[in-house]
Amino acid sequence: MTIEPSERVETVPPSGIRRFFELAEEMDDIISLGVGEPDFSAPWAAREAAITSLELGRTSYTANRGRRELRELIAENVDRRYDLEYDPDEEVLVTTGASEGVDLALRAVVDPGDTVAVVQPSYVSYVPGVIFAGGEPLPVPTTKETDFKLTTDALYDAGADEADALVLCYPNNPTGATMNGAELEPIAEFAREHDLVVLSDEIYSELSYEHDHTSIATLPGMRERTIVFNGFSKAYAMTGLRLGYALGPPEAIGAMNRIHQYTMLSAPTTAQYAAIEALENCDDAVREMRQQYDRRRRLVLSRFEEMGIECFPASGAFYAFPESPWDDSEAFAEALLEEEHVAVVPGTAFGEGGEGHLRVSYATGMDDLKEALDRIESFIS
Amino acid sequence: MDLSEELLELLQENARYSIDDLARMTDAEPEAVEAEIERLESEGVIRGYQAVIDFEETERERVRAVVELNVTLDRETSYGDIAARIVQFPEVRELRLVSGDYDFDMEVQGDSMREVSHFISDKIAPIPEITQTVTHYHMDTYKTQGIVLGDSDEDDRLSISP
Ligand SMILES: Cc1ncc(COP(=O)(O)O)c(C=O)c1O
Repeated sequence: MTIEPSERVETVPPSGIRRFFELAEEMDDIISLGVGEPDFSAPWAAREAAITSLELGRTSYTANRGRRELRELIAENVDRRYDLEYDPDEEVLVTTGASEGVDLALRAVVDPGDTVAVVQPSYVSYVPGVIFAGGEPLPVPTTKETDFKLTTDALYDAGADEADALVLCYPNNPTGATMNGAELEPIAEFAREHDLVVLSDEIYSELSYEHDHTSIATLPGMRERTIVFNGFSKAYAMTGLRLGYALGPPEAIGAMNRIHQYTMLSAPTTAQYAAIEALENCDDAVREMRQQYDRRRRLVLSRFEEMGIECFPASGAFYAFPESPWDDSEAFAEALLEEEHVAVVPGTAFGEGGEGHLRVSYATGMDDLKEALDRIESFIS
Repeated sequence: MDLSEELLELLQENARYSIDDLARMTDAEPEAVEAEIERLESEGVIRGYQAVIDFEETERERVRAVVELNVTLDRETSYGDIAARIVQFPEVRELRLVSGDYDFDMEVQGDSMREVSHFISDKIAPIPEITQTVTHYHMDTYKTQGIVLGDSDEDDRLSISP
């Protein structure tokens, strides 16, 4: 016999990034602005804490929800930074990356046939996650006209007032857009009025360059209907350690933990030790990395402006989302790769509203970044 | 952070950033960046620009040593007076007054161990105020001016990721 993939799997197309990845992998001297993770390593103190935990033989499972000490530090930290108040025992779940958190939340709150509005362009996992959970994804496109911020117009146009849940992500991958408190207010009002559960992916919260990050969960009436995802991958450059967390009201976190305890048992133990150290002692490293990204961001935006490439002023994460010089962003990205050996990701990989744009990641050292920009400039002129 | 602080940080990171790139990175006008750097130079905040060299990678042999110096002072002679004489020697790359068991921390450079030893015994030790020298030759350098030497780590990230 052959093993037939389930229908559920068959309905989800392979990631749009895949083909591009294969093209890029065939070349050896490319400069990639297509990377979705930091170019830094985790702060040495955090790495050392991981090593020490291994030396001490700390290689067992932890509590399902994560080590208590870590949950307490997470609660303290999000309170200090974002005014998010969560009880470490009932309202914090340590997950295997924010990725697991998003998946758990979708499975924990979506019933078969429920509609989940997904703001786009956005990270590639949400729509498949909704489908795996048995829900119906409803794309809510955002556009350059609103600097890729979500508006209630966009929500109504997409019919999200009929949806059961809303997934959003600011600072955003792939656009680099951010939303401040005032801009989130009407979205919160929309969610209250139409009784939506909000899943807010705030993995890039530490990388907001123009204003402090505001979590939608802190707006009036939102705490009880919001699940927040965050983690260590981006701020602490710990992607490979696979550690994140979810914050939410006790019944939501409890439901997620019900799945997590059976399917994951606990998040990686070594990573939890690294994360404890990261929260206790690595603020400076986060600040330093943020500053480096910010300088690169300004460089990239200035260079695009000088080249005549239209790009809205991306203010978060480590992405710029310029307009593709050719209408067909895939054709452009492919030609750029072949001619100049510079990799960027066509906006189409990130859903509706992405066409005609390119995701340019500046999680790359300054020398490579400048060289790549020079090559883009010579390619389009 | 104000412009001068930011420029100092950036120039320490890479003194060869062009004025245009510095302006792009700081959101300032190139003219403002240029003027600010000129001010920092003329006020003596920026004293020079140098390459960070890994001599292990060059043909030419270089010998460096850290020398601990002890001195005695008298009514007419201060640390500053002694330092003012020592810094005149081109062999001396660094000189600092330090706290602890000895007074000055001096770094010297020469083409051979013999040259460096002679320099210390013939030029430094005879200075009347110097009572003792302890010389430590550099055997290997792992990090200098904030830059880790040796092979750079290759980027092992996937070239494209979501
Ligand atoms: C928006 C967004 N959410 C989640 C993730 C995954 O994060 P984690 O490594 O914590 O699973 C990424 C990674 O690229 C991302 O860009």
